[in-house]
Amino acid sequence: MVSETMTTNTMTADPILKVEHLSMRFGGLMAINDFSFEAQRGEITALIGPNGAGKTTVFNCVTGFYKPTMGMITMRQKGGKEFLLERLNDFEITRDAKVARTFQNIRLFSGLTVLENLLVAQHNTLMKASGYTVLGLLGLPGYKKAAAESIEVARHWLEKADLIARADDPAGDLPYGAQRRLEIARAMCTGPEVLCLDEPAAGLNPRESLALNELLRSIRKDSGTSILLIEHDMSVVMEISDHVVVLEYGQKISDGTPDHVKNDPKVIAAYLGVEDDEVEEVIEEIEEIEGTAGGSH
Amino acid sequence: MSNISHSPESAGGNLTARALREGIFAGIVALGLFVLFVGLETTQNIRNELVLNQRWGLLAIFVAVAAVGRFLTVAYIRPWMDARKAAAKAPAEADESFFKRNFSKIAIVALLIYPPLMVMLFGVQGSLKWVDNFGIQILIYVMLAWGLNIVVGLAGLLDLGYVAFYAVGAYSYALLSQYFGLSFWILLPLAGILAAFWGMILGFPVLRLKGDYLAIVTLAFGEIIRLVLINWTEVTRGTFGVSGIPKASVFGIWSFDVSAPNNFAKAFSLPMSSAYYKIFLFYLILALALLTAYVTIRLRRMPIGRAWEALREDEIACRSLGINTVTTKLTAFSIGAMFGGFAGSFFAVRQGFVSPESFVFLESAIILAIVVLGGMGSLVGIAVAAVVMVGGTELLREMTFLKAIFGPDFTPELYRMLIFGLAMVIVMVWKPRGFVGSREPTAFLKERKAVSGSFTKEGHG
Ligand SMILES: Nc1ncnc2c1ncn2[C@@H]1O[C@H](COP(=O)(O)OP(=O)(O)OP(=O)(O)O)[C@@H](O)[C@H]1O
Ligand SMILES: [Mg+2]
Repeated sequence: MVSETMTTNTMTADPILKVEHLSMRFGGLMAINDFSFEAQRGEITALIGPNGAGKTTVFNCVTGFYKPTMGMITMRQKGGKEFLLERLNDFEITRDAKVARTFQNIRLFSGLTVLENLLVAQHNTLMKASGYTVLGLLGLPGYKKAAAESIEVARHWLEKADLIARADDPAGDLPYGAQRRLEIARAMCTGPEVLCLDEPAAGLNPRESLALNELLRSIRKDSGTSILLIEHDMSVVMEISDHVVVLEYGQKISDGTPDHVKNDPKVIAAYLGVEDDEVEEVIEEIEEIEGTAGGSH
Repeated sequence: MSNISHSPESAGGNLTARALREGIFAGIVALGLFVLFVGLETTQNIRNELVLNQRWGLLAIFVAVAAVGRFLTVAYIRPWMDARKAAAKAPAEADESFFKRNFSKIAIVALLIYPPLMVMLFGVQGSLKWVDNFGIQILIYVMLAWGLNIVVGLAGLLDLGYVAFYAVGAYSYALLSQYFGLSFWILLPLAGILAAFWGMILGFPVLRLKGDYLAIVTLAFGEIIRLVLINWTEVTRGTFGVSGIPKASVFGIWSFDVSAPNNFAKAFSLPMSSAYYKIFLFYLILALALLTAYVTIRLRRMPIGRAWEALREDEIACRSLGINTVTTKLTAFSIGAMFGGFAGSFFAVRQGFVSPESFVFLESAIILAIVVLGGMGSLVGIAVAAVVMVGGTELLREMTFLKAIFGPDFTPELYRMLIFGLAMVIVMVWKPRGFVGSREPTAFLKERKAVSGSFTKEGHG
């Protein structure tokens, strides 16, 4: 089965993000241990695993918030330009390498309005357009045009995220689900090629969760952005991801299509928390259950 | 609470009775508290003997203040506050909103006609006090607080050493004009640039620190600058300060030197008076302060200004959006410092004398207090806070009638800091977010709605 997925990958192989032998140590704790995976261009890659497996730590290494103890993270842009992310600062990763992210515990600018949140995300474009503030301060038309365009970009994402009605309200005033969508819209306003989402469906109700699926699909389809997704909500993961990587105690235990991963005994064991020798039993049980349910795959 | 169910007159009667009771009770408590503190005083006489003085009069004043104060609070002030609260719930009247909407325009016009008005009211010589002690003094603090507002209110960086940049500006003008004979109009921008430069130099090592650590290091920086000014005696003349700083001229056209041929008063054949110079300085500081406000307003709508505010809200999120937080903080720091430098060179030209004594930590604290009281980030709120705080303390000097109550030795100025502190506590209890707690959004799609202060953050670095 593993070889099967490998061949399908190599046929369309165009990895946008390549993580090789990534390790991250916190004092005595090896949070990530020799972890490698690839995210393909234009795909949604999900990173799953039990609590404390090290998923967020992987994100923090990829986006430069942690400096990995070991390993190499390569980002290959559309034009073929390559960046070694472990050597860049966090803000350079977003600005130059075009990798944007959201946070597990939402980090919005709660005292700024929804619209302003999206304008802050276009900081670098606007900075250039305003001649690093100097020309903008003189009121040159070039900056005015760029400012109007930035509002249009914001409006586009507000419509996509269904937030247009709340555009002029403070971000801190939005309900939880809307804040999650706003954080995604804000990350998209940086014009990323890879979007890293840390548990975007956490705390959403089923209806919001469905809307989120729609949003992510349309992001991939319309803007061609590849998505790297951490998620506990299996309905989201299995529904939208093209590729799933499973992490447990900082190590990769499975890697492949959603169907492949779903049936991987190691994954099942990890999620149910059983010893290795009991895995066979668990699989049998699951097959029984699925059999009675009428076989969903 | 129970009063609500009563009919109005019986409630009123009840209230007065209760107020009387509580007033008497407060008086008794005050008597008990102060009888030994205030009523009796021990002093040493010339022969080093302890003498017990009795001050029953003063004690009576204390008790009376407590009793009457309590009575008035219960009987009048509290019902009035409740009524106001109820009224505030009702929709605001239209004429009030007209005044509020055009507040800044009205204020600017009022400031422009302020000096001529004072001259009309009090005569040329009599206007001096009002233009100089009140007008200029307040405007200097308005400008300083607006400058610091960029650092503290917008970028959320707690800077306790802002007075250092004020000092850099003042000494830049004082020394460069003395040693090189450069004029004020050349040195004004130069002082700003030098202060901004020092802001950068301080900023580089310091801005990696956050919150309390940043505050302490900026505080230390302020003290370092002061100590350098005291100890580098060959250049700065140490504690003696630099005196004889040349006056500014009206763009070199008219001078205010008495002996100069192009003296302002002579040119217009007016009687000699220092009031003209003060009026000129008033307009100068008004222009500088308005420049500060204008630049702040413009910058807030630029990407850099939005980045400052975003930084105040969440630094990590800023970095995740590709914003270089170090340069963003540095620009906030150095632009804030630049306005401090402008204000400093103005200070030097106004006083004609600078010494390290003018740049103690207390000044930083007062400027910061004005920013916090005004409501961090709000220009109007800060201006109001400066008027209340600086104008209020200046007003103390005028309150000679207090001498009649507290005796001829009473100097109200000495109680300045006490009253300043008390006023701060009261305002912070009454309006924890400062006079203007809400923030104006910098862009909007459909309508501009003020953001309530409960959503904005103060910043942690
Ligand atoms: N900054 C840090 N310092 C020390 N230990 C850390 C740090 N960050 C993460 N860890 C540890 O690394 C391990 C992995 O944490 P991580 O947050 O990556 O897990 P996760 O897979 O995202 O879990 P969850 O599903 O709960 O979000 C945990 O044991 C955590 O305590
Ligand atoms: Mg996590």
